Amino acid sequence: MKLFFFKLNCTLVLSVLVTSISAQQVNQGELHGNFQLDAQYYNIDSLIGAPVVKEKILTNGFMNLWYTKGNFSGGIRYENYLNVMQGFDPRYKGSGIPFRFASYKNDNLEATVGNFYEQFGGGLILRAYEERGLGYDNAFDGIRIRLQPTKGIYLKGLIARQRTFFSLSSGIIRAFDAEFNLTEMVNKPDAKTIVILGGSAVSRFQRDEDPIYNLPENVAAFAGRLTINRGKFNIQAEYGYKYNDPNATNKFIYHPGQALSVTSTFSSKGFGILLSAKRLDNFDFRSDRTAAGIGANVNFLPALTRQHTYNLPATIYPYATQPNGEMGFQAELSYRLKKGSKLGGKYGTEITVNFSGTNGIVKNKVDNDTLGYSSPFFQASNQMFFRDFHVEIHRKLNAKWKATIMYLNWVYNKDVVQGLSGFGTIFADMGVVDVAYKINSKHTVRLETQVLISKQDMGSWGMGLVEYTFAPKWFVAIVDQYNYGNPDPIKQIHYFTLNTGYTNNGNRIMLQYGRQREGIFCVGGVCRSVPASNGFSISVTSSF
Amino acid sequence: MIKSALFLALLMPVLLSAQLLDNSRPIPSVEIKTLDGKTINTSTFENGGKPIIINFWATWCKPCIAELTNIDEVYEEWIKETGVKVIAISIDDSRNATKVAPFVSGKGWTYEVYSDPNSDFKRALNVNNPPQTFLINGNKEIVWQHNGYQEGSEVELYELVKKLAEGKPLNH
Repeated sequence: MKLFFFKLNCTLVLSVLVTSISAQQVNQGELHGNFQLDAQYYNIDSLIGAPVVKEKILTNGFMNLWYTKGNFSGGIRYENYLNVMQGFDPRYKGSGIPFRFASYKNDNLEATVGNFYEQFGGGLILRAYEERGLGYDNAFDGIRIRLQPTKGIYLKGLIARQRTFFSLSSGIIRAFDAEFNLTEMVNKPDAKTIVILGGSAVSRFQRDEDPIYNLPENVAAFAGRLTINRGKFNIQAEYGYKYNDPNATNKFIYHPGQALSVTSTFSSKGFGILLSAKRLDNFDFRSDRTAAGIGANVNFLPALTRQHTYNLPATIYPYATQPNGEMGFQAELSYRLKKGSKLGGKYGTEITVNFSGTNGIVKNKVDNDTLGYSSPFFQASNQMFFRDFHVEIHRKLNAKWKATIMYLNWVYNKDVVQGLSGFGTIFADMGVVDVAYKINSKHTVRLETQVLISKQDMGSWGMGLVEYTFAPKWFVAIVDQYNYGNPDPIKQIHYFTLNTGYTNNGNRIMLQYGRQREGIFCVGGVCRSVPASNGFSISVTSSF
Repeated sequence: MIKSALFLALLMPVLLSAQLLDNSRPIPSVEIKTLDGKTINTSTFENGGKPIIINFWATWCKPCIAELTNIDEVYEEWIKETGVKVIAISIDDSRNATKVAPFVSGKGWTYEVYSDPNSDFKRALNVNNPPQTFLINGNKEIVWQHNGYQEGSEVELYELVKKLAEGKPLNH
């Protein structure tokens, strides 16, 4: 009996212990993260102009590991490039932990030390962000505080340097942002009109080590923004000014920079309109005045055009912002023909019409050539950079079939956009037909045909895709792109790829074999030129 | 008999804790924007004890749009049967963020839509690429996630939503 009680006691003690440990475990916070590995084996293929890869195999990989417990969070990211894949910046070399942070947050204060991303307003004078798929990461490394002193007021301040690949750029960034939601401040949550005002200041310090020029060591930029929302209407405007900032992009002139963007929208059920206009003049802002290409960008200047998803319009001639000067506009109309109406059919039909265009700005000579030029604010030059007009119609025909058709008409100034000469301006018409047939609730076949018709540059392209999906886990696809209209018959090449992928909850594996066309791949506002390649690639992602 | 009862008593808390530790975690607290520009915190997401679907999408992401369009067709039915709420988080950056409201209207979607223009919420949930779907139970814990979308995947999603609505655990 004694023995029994002893056993019981032991068991109880153990049980209590286990309970308390497990209870503690529950409160121990959460460890979570994500992982990605991309690897490619490169074949030699001189026909498509694929660069010879000595290593034969190249890989990019990273893992984020974050820990959260109540108000505290912290984390690291390990990155590995052995060696960096084709099309990424070669300054990604080797491996390391370029991202680590710790952060404390309560209802009205958040303090972060180490690495962080940040955006003021639309990012006109400050945005740090990452697009891992493009190899873009301009994270800050420093200290940031976010404060909400009272309802409707949001303050942010930071002091930091910026990541450039595996090092930090030489400038120091000091920045402050304030946003006032006037509607919340006057405590009228039911007010029909919402007014939000914001303002920010960013200053860069970088030592002047130039033996000849007297370069400003402190460069300041200011921006103000306004959002007004009333019912279905919304208007957003943002203006930025940057003091003289001679840098590599503007060829070291002392001309101040200016930027303005205005967007208004109307949205009601089944109907939406967007009108947008933008002007940029000498607005490239970096934490290192000598930086060129991608790297050390402090601000974010996205293109004012539709971001396409179909392969040919998305990757052959995508527009990229010209920070030294451009003026653009965009109009988009989205409309849904009602379900059951004569035109809309049983399931309704969605129509999108979009027109966008960008020209250069007028640059008049000035006597003082350190200022570079003068430019009338409301005047665009005659030089056309880009035009995109397109119509897209999506309709579900019945329970089995659905289809998207699209027509696009483009003008693309290749010399200006890609910084080349001798290519001139390219005119292209494009068409897309995308049809999906649902065999049953889990199996679907999708066919996609695209064509780009042009007499210039590489001439015309065709593309065909067959995709078979077995929900929710598998897909197989065959894609062929064919440059049938290339003026050089040897370059009338088929780019054939075979793809397959498997997804299970937060994990995904994708395999691809075949030829990859040289192209420009964009996500968000950034584009990356990818050289042609031929080979086998694998991508593994996991989120946990 | 006593022995096995004791063994169970010993095991119970372990099992319980294992279940509690089954990868579920609360919705992280991140500031995002409503489509009319207000700032809200993601930890305030609420559906009165009913399940929530959080879906990360973008106007340029074709499978995302296919997924939200397909769910839209059955959304009314889902709400009626389970009380589920879909929260669609647009990760469009400032290039497209202003487009989200007219885009959603043009599609006729009735979801709660928010904008995460610098991917703060996306990062807090460790999303690699959109679309990514999270399932939240009645206690506001994340209990399931899925990356990508294939036609018909919403069927599996809805099976899980029904289990949650009935208070059953997910065994995936």
